[in-house]
Amino acid sequence: MTQPQSSVITDEMRGHIGKESEPTTFEVDKTACRMFARAVGYTDPVYYDEEYARSRGYRSIPVPFGFLGHPAYNPNAPQRLGGYFRFQTPFKRVLNGGTDIEYFDTVCAGDVLTATSKLADISERQSRLGPMLITVTEFTYRNQDGKVVATMRGTGIQY
Amino acid sequence: MPEQLYFEDVSEGREVAALTQHCDSQRLVHWAAGSGDFYQIHYDKDFAQGTGLPDRIVHGALKHALLGRMLHEWVGDEGRVKRVACQYRGMDMVDKDVICKGVVTGKRTENGENLVDLEVWTETAEGQKTTPGTATVALPSRS
Repeated sequence: MTQPQSSVITDEMRGHIGKESEPTTFEVDKTACRMFARAVGYTDPVYYDEEYARSRGYRSIPVPFGFLGHPAYNPNAPQRLGGYFRFQTPFKRVLNGGTDIEYFDTVCAGDVLTATSKLADISERQSRLGPMLITVTEFTYRNQDGKVVATMRGTGIQY
Repeated sequence: MPEQLYFEDVSEGREVAALTQHCDSQRLVHWAAGSGDFYQIHYDKDFAQGTGLPDRIVHGALKHALLGRMLHEWVGDEGRVKRVACQYRGMDMVDKDVICKGVVTGKRTENGENLVDLEVWTETAEGQKTTPGTATVALPSRS
């Protein structure tokens, strides 16, 4: 494969591969489960009715597939360098390239998840939109008992 | 919810009941709030066109979640959707149908769980496959 004339991948970026981030807390609550379920068009009452969810054996409303809670937004918290991406890049536009979510245990409203992430891969390619930087970030989610309940691999495309 | 599906009932090549979701701008706003992704290309037409897009596009992660719903409705109350992985290769425009489909590619038993692997994807009403992917679900056994 031909390398682009000037690669946008720096040693600094490569140095981030495998480095685990500081943890972020994700809270799972009933309203958020309902809002996610509603957006995706679920009619299964298990995602809306806590009493019904309990009758089905869940401790509270379970998360619809793909939901992993929300971080507690705080406008006063210092912005992380690069935002979602840990380093600055010359690209101004970003697209979501893909999502891979796997659950290892049940997640329900009331759970508090702690997630750490690491850069798993970084690559670049030329496209009809110009040079693109592709990153794969792996997130590991643990619940309040320290159990790994889910992982997510997200592919980001900057161009 | 339909009748419970059992591990013994599925074999390679079996199709999952397709799911069609019309994605108007209101649904994309619901998803923005439900997911926390407020990127304006999904609900602000001027902004979307300013980035070179023809119009607002469906969030990739919503398509991932729709594949999850398709599988949830297929596996029944006793089944579990374990994993969905997909790539957002093509764009789905606002005010169009996103059609989710799947087909069984294999079965296996691991750590006492009866798992079914699938190829899943979304396509447009014109049949363009925009979001290819794979999935794994767990099904109960009759025994």
